[in-house]
Amino acid sequence: MGGIDRRFFVAGAGAALIGAVSKSSGGNIALPFANGARPLVKLPGKRQMILLTSRPPQLETPFSVFNSGLLTPNDAFFVRYHLSGLPTEIDPRSFRLAIGGHVETPLQLSLETLRRDFPVSEVVAVNQCSGNSRGFFSPRVGGGQLGNGAMGNARWQGVALKHLLAKAGVRAGAAQVTFNGLDNPPADGIADFVKALDIDHALDGEVMVAFAMNGEELPFLNGYPLRLVVPGHFGTYWVKHLNEINVVDKDFDGYWMKTAYRIPDNDCRCVEPGTKPDKTVPISRFNVRSFLTSHIDGDRAGAGRTTELRGIAFSGGDPIKRVLVSPDNGQNWQEARLGEDLGRYSFREWKLGLTLARGQHTLHVRAEGSSGETQPMEARWQPAGYMRNVVETTTVEAV
Amino acid sequence: MRSKGLVIGLGLLAVAAGGAAWTLMDRDAGPDVVAARMEPVSYQLPEEAIPAELADAGAEIVVNNCTACHSLEYVTTQPRGMGEKFWHDEVTKMVKVYGAPVEPADAEAIAKLLGERFG
Repeated sequence: MGGIDRRFFVAGAGAALIGAVSKSSGGNIALPFANGARPLVKLPGKRQMILLTSRPPQLETPFSVFNSGLLTPNDAFFVRYHLSGLPTEIDPRSFRLAIGGHVETPLQLSLETLRRDFPVSEVVAVNQCSGNSRGFFSPRVGGGQLGNGAMGNARWQGVALKHLLAKAGVRAGAAQVTFNGLDNPPADGIADFVKALDIDHALDGEVMVAFAMNGEELPFLNGYPLRLVVPGHFGTYWVKHLNEINVVDKDFDGYWMKTAYRIPDNDCRCVEPGTKPDKTVPISRFNVRSFLTSHIDGDRAGAGRTTELRGIAFSGGDPIKRVLVSPDNGQNWQEARLGEDLGRYSFREWKLGLTLARGQHTLHVRAEGSSGETQPMEARWQPAGYMRNVVETTTVEAV
Repeated sequence: MRSKGLVIGLGLLAVAAGGAAWTLMDRDAGPDVVAARMEPVSYQLPEEAIPAELADAGAEIVVNNCTACHSLEYVTTQPRGMGEKFWHDEVTKMVKVYGAPVEPADAEAIAKLLGERFG
């Protein structure tokens, strides 16, 4: 079938679909940036979420969810796809994870084998989309216009990749490991979504092939039946519906590594607004972030009595050392109390009681990692809109 | 090369030995393993609506071409006022980088329309 025939075939199918009326009757939400109106929808396996796109499905977590616990419920966890050729049915009895390439013994692992023949472990880790918060970039940049809800924290259960690679036997000269899932491009000629990690990273014992999150199998839209978990690293590496792992003996140069998901190759991962970086590298670890979750912009609080502030902080693996809160637009800072430690890849809760005088208060929250990395007061800029981590500002009125 | 191979080989032996030891430990103190369900799991894409901004006859070329690969929120949720070049570049990227099967004349017309409407 040639490209043109295929085009008409696919376009026809698309047109048939979009004749229908959307089922979103859940109302709308306005994300706090221009053109930020979004419908609230309920997709299979999900509660009411913020719809970014329908095909492929992309959902953002309503921000209030982050104030209801440190683990993000599976039915509220954000969804991000790149290619609209989603699998429509997955049969767990016939599903196999193939491990091959530059190995001694290629493997075909069933979901049962994976659970039975390898050590199962757990890790609590944040998954965050590279473009989380892109809608707040100024000047604006193209791409998925997300608020702050393309992140989530879950207890992932699975098998460390190093055990699978040890079983297959990595041959000398291995450079990288590539990961592919069941989702496919919608037409010929579009690059399949394949990601790569350096061999040392793949063997570090932290990278995991996960089959469960928060005590249940992965929801379909979060990668059922297997997804890669790369603690501390942006979601682009957390390949969903993972069914193919290949060890390769040179750096993988597929589109999604070589061209997409690149960041400026400098310390700040930033450039002058409106300019392009001279040199780029693949995106990797999260930078440190923190949020106030108990209050949103425009909320009211009681004047002259203690207001309990609560929020979350996280990083790319450098443990959160402290979280500072400014009640007065950055003039003074107070150290918050850190909550339960679920590990260095998890959200860390923070709390602080503040007594606010009557009037408007511009609150800031700023986290610091153990190595001293902290959040910038002024937003950094890069053309792809990745890695936003400016100190967040929330205005509260005490009455 | 030979010594490197040997080192990696030894490293893997160590990994394998560590794994075996961990397996024993794991079965005693590890997490309760979440069982695999055995019934097939299916997913239906949600139904799509044509956004009001692209629902007129003039925008048919956008609807017909762009929806071959993705729903139209990809277009309508982009920031406004980015300029005609932004839309031209986006359409070019879809064709040249992603390989979208769109005729050059159609690509031009799509970029022009999006630039006028959302630029």
